[in-house]
Amino acid sequence: MDIEKSIREEAKKLLDEGKVDVLIGYKKGTLPLRSSPAFIRNSEDVDSLIFDPACSNNLALYIKRFEGKVGVIAKGCDGRSLTTLVVDRQIDKDRLFVVGVPCSGVVDRRKIYAKLDACPRLRSGRGEIADCQFSDGRVIVRGRDWQESLDLSAVLSDSCLICRHKTPPVYDLLIGEEIKEEGKPVEELEAFKKKSPDERWRFFEEELSKCIRCYACRQVCPVCLCEYCIVDRTMPLWFGKTTDLSDTIMFHLIRAYHTAGRCVDCGACVRACPVGVDFRLLNKRLEDEVKERFGFTAGVTLGEPAPLSAYKEEDKEEFIM
Amino acid sequence: METKDWQPKILAFLCNWCSYAGADLAGVSRIQYPPNIRAVRVPCSGRVDPIFIMKALQQGYDGVLVSGCHPGDCHYISGNYYARRKFALIKTLLEFMGIEEGRVHFSWVSAGEGEKFAEVVRKVTEDVKRIGPAKRLVKGVEA
Repeated sequence: MDIEKSIREEAKKLLDEGKVDVLIGYKKGTLPLRSSPAFIRNSEDVDSLIFDPACSNNLALYIKRFEGKVGVIAKGCDGRSLTTLVVDRQIDKDRLFVVGVPCSGVVDRRKIYAKLDACPRLRSGRGEIADCQFSDGRVIVRGRDWQESLDLSAVLSDSCLICRHKTPPVYDLLIGEEIKEEGKPVEELEAFKKKSPDERWRFFEEELSKCIRCYACRQVCPVCLCEYCIVDRTMPLWFGKTTDLSDTIMFHLIRAYHTAGRCVDCGACVRACPVGVDFRLLNKRLEDEVKERFGFTAGVTLGEPAPLSAYKEEDKEEFIM
Repeated sequence: METKDWQPKILAFLCNWCSYAGADLAGVSRIQYPPNIRAVRVPCSGRVDPIFIMKALQQGYDGVLVSGCHPGDCHYISGNYYARRKFALIKTLLEFMGIEEGRVHFSWVSAGEGEKFAEVVRKVTEDVKRIGPAKRLVKGVEA
């Protein structure tokens, strides 16, 4: 693939010229439809870098692990997360090199499993998926004695379907051609807002009662960056660590609130969730509110402070007595 | 629970410099207001982490009021401006999730506004009474 080839070439140049000490990119995962983060320090290793719709991890997550200059292969959402981290002063801009790669969406593995009734590790249904390939807007999945070709656009992550930033808004180097596309409006959210409080509460009760409190959503989130997370804290214990529904809802309220104004809807939390909780609605609602109230969109510019660490005297206060 | 003598419990976070003094003025002026609030004195409305509000609801308070200085009057110059942004989001989030509108209230009450403080408490108590006892998010209660 052309993009992969240019990524490798640029990666080699960056490492050889000493512009970055470590480059974070993607390499082939151990299972089909998966990719692993690759941490390349040596320009001889650049050939392991890949880029395809299975590269779904948000690589901004890893930058805090490294000293020196860090380069990141960034899709639109990764790029926005990186910008958010710079705005939040988690990394110095001079230490960060963003290699932007326009992305036309990543796959949601679960949609593929559901469509094919197959899974890399399950022997039920069609059995295991052995291999997958992406070409020309299709994903070709092979099993032991079967092969299926699926339309890529039908198995993209939900967040990719409404993505407005396929190209990172802030980058140091762009590989490939900028994709300009107007994301669709979030109809789901608009419809949900119209429901009654009772209906909404029931929905969240049902959805969040699936949660097993594994915190995978927190672990994969690049903006969940506290060294000492409030849910791990026991003195004081703000809320229980059990899967009691009230405690679980507290957790998700706090998680959504803490990522307000910083969540870029990369969908990593939804893809990481082992029980398939859909928390995007909460994040989306706050994203909307931040945009409407404070005119702020996360990760599109380095020039504006995070909305909750700034204020304007003329902020609306119609809800205050 | 829902008997006719049910009285709501409302937790009120009052900023030390304005609203707490406002409550004091209401007291010394002998202004009557409902005895449903439990006041917590905080240094500034900016001190009120939204988790305080969630926790109060989880612990079974029927309503929460956060009150601070008017914009421009903050003892710490800008605490209430930051607070205003936080409150806007937490109110949106709670109500989006299905917590009844009217459980969580915010107000600006200065040290000289004893009558306004009483009025705010009357309004909040009335609102919470109208909604009834809290069930959602309360630990150990089936909503």
